[in-house]
Amino acid sequence: MNTRVATGLMLASTIALAACSKKAPEELPPPPTETATPAPTAPTGPSVGSQAHFVNAVGQENTVVYFDTDRFNIDAEDQMKLQRQAQYFSQNQQVNFTIEGHADERGTREYNLALGERRANAAKNYLVSIGVPANRIRTVSYGKERPVALGSNEAAWAQNRRAATITIN
Amino acid sequence: MKYIMFSSLLLVAAPLAAQNQDLGQPIPEGGAVETIDEDAGLEVTVSFEGNLDDLGIAIPGFATDRDVATPANSSGTAALGKELARVITSDLRNNGLFKPTGPDALPQPSFAEITAPNWSTWSNRGAEMLVHGYVRGRADSKLTIGCYLYDMALKQELVREGWVVEPADWRRAAHKCADLVYSRLTGESPFFDSRIAYIAETGPKDNRTKRLAIMDSDGANHRFITTGRSTALTPRYSPDYKKLSYLSYVDGNPRIYVYDIGTGRQTLVTQSSNPTFAPRWSPDGRWLLYSMAVNGNTDIYRVSASGGEPIRLTDTPGIDIGGSYSPDGSRIVFESDRSGAQQCYVMDADGSNQRRISFGGSRCATPEWSPRGDQIAFTNASSFNISVMSPSGGNVRVLTNGWQDEAPTWAPNGRIIQFFRTERNSGKTALYQVDLTGENLRRLPTPVDASDPAWGPILP
Repeated sequence: MNTRVATGLMLASTIALAACSKKAPEELPPPPTETATPAPTAPTGPSVGSQAHFVNAVGQENTVVYFDTDRFNIDAEDQMKLQRQAQYFSQNQQVNFTIEGHADERGTREYNLALGERRANAAKNYLVSIGVPANRIRTVSYGKERPVALGSNEAAWAQNRRAATITIN
Repeated sequence: MKYIMFSSLLLVAAPLAAQNQDLGQPIPEGGAVETIDEDAGLEVTVSFEGNLDDLGIAIPGFATDRDVATPANSSGTAALGKELARVITSDLRNNGLFKPTGPDALPQPSFAEITAPNWSTWSNRGAEMLVHGYVRGRADSKLTIGCYLYDMALKQELVREGWVVEPADWRRAAHKCADLVYSRLTGESPFFDSRIAYIAETGPKDNRTKRLAIMDSDGANHRFITTGRSTALTPRYSPDYKKLSYLSYVDGNPRIYVYDIGTGRQTLVTQSSNPTFAPRWSPDGRWLLYSMAVNGNTDIYRVSASGGEPIRLTDTPGIDIGGSYSPDGSRIVFESDRSGAQQCYVMDADGSNQRRISFGGSRCATPEWSPRGDQIAFTNASSFNISVMSPSGGNVRVLTNGWQDEAPTWAPNGRIIQFFRTERNSGKTALYQVDLTGENLRRLPTPVDASDPAWGPILP
């Protein structure tokens, strides 16, 4: 189920895969902070290209993909999320974005930096494979330096093994 | 011509400013320590044959010929003499091998007694070994400090040495005296006169401030190098202590910089937009290893410390990272997940003959070759303990058992391993050290939480 074959948009297979999937941490991570939402100017809502606009459009749950321990493969569930992101980027051609790769605390620091970079690139490569121009995507690894879940347990670690997509304003 | 030079300077200046914006004030470089050619003591065999930790060592205050003002101590050279003995006492005590008695519990010998001890004074106190010393303020404000070790049973001098130091470096003379005593009594190489680079940590687990900091091997002379505006990680001292390589997010990406201690400026290890990790110096200081991720694939590179074209040493799919030279510089131990999980590998310094050495069933990470060459310390990244093994991967021994211990670094003499320990849940970190035997585990005092220690060699 980790193959990259275009299982694509087939809903049935997605549900089947989700059932045996590792991920879906019980609590979803909070939305990334510091998105500098512009001062609300009456009824317009978040401006195009802001993180809030992106989150509103694709859904918070689709902005982050999760990984198994030591893994970086993009499985069917991740593909669904990234396809949703790709739609947004195709509709908003002026928006560039960063994919942040992260690891859980149960790894050595330097390896985790490299692993976060590999995860961010795995997400980027999938987006590029479905048509998003590579030059719109920046990657950065934070290794285990920026956890979103603070506990030292499996549930927390599962939330921290992630690649999060952030728009660049 | 002038105009052209000026504009090219401008081009260089802009990125430099960005690279330096997380740096604090430059720190002064240490002064030179001159060893005085004193008359060598006779070659005497130490009389004591029991366990070293039963060995009573008396370390009274160092005497001064004339109590004069010195920048090293506001109360003058007599007070400095006591301070010197305190530093030596705490070096030898904290090491765990000895039970020394310091100057605060002992009478003060006179200057004349330094070379002619009053034996009965010390034998009545049950001392088997006696350390004497003197400090003399020179007209040029430098200090002359002498150190003598006597065997009480033989009533004979075992070893002596003297040094001329700048007032700011007075603690180095104390560490050198502790090294002299330690080496003479154990037969091991010295290690106290050395420094440690590490990362100082503050703040909550999801928003840690991480600053590059340095200190002496006993925690004294602590200084922050970076301000904490950007995350700093994984420092390494160059063997001559003139540079520090470390990872910084100062431009928003993880990259290795080489910080020049003398000028207080830093440069990128390689001009590339790719992230770089895990800097390591060669023992002779001529080479720097680093790892670079290209499209998510991380390999190890080597670059001359003076610059030039980097050479890629590994080329397998996966993460090849870290790397630690054997003391003779001929081989490198590194970690790779090419087999599916982190394992340790050895290669020749040019990247040839790569072969796996760890087969214990656990993940092997952050290998560090002992300065003696006979051991490799590593993080067992399955149980998160510090372990050692032979360079061929045999004789694995587990030395620690914290919730998460990682990143071993060797004392200059290869007898002690320092590492950092992370607490479960809170994420708090601290530096620890442990003997190669697994004995004498102790926490190092640091002003705030601490990680990523890197112990440098004996100071030049």
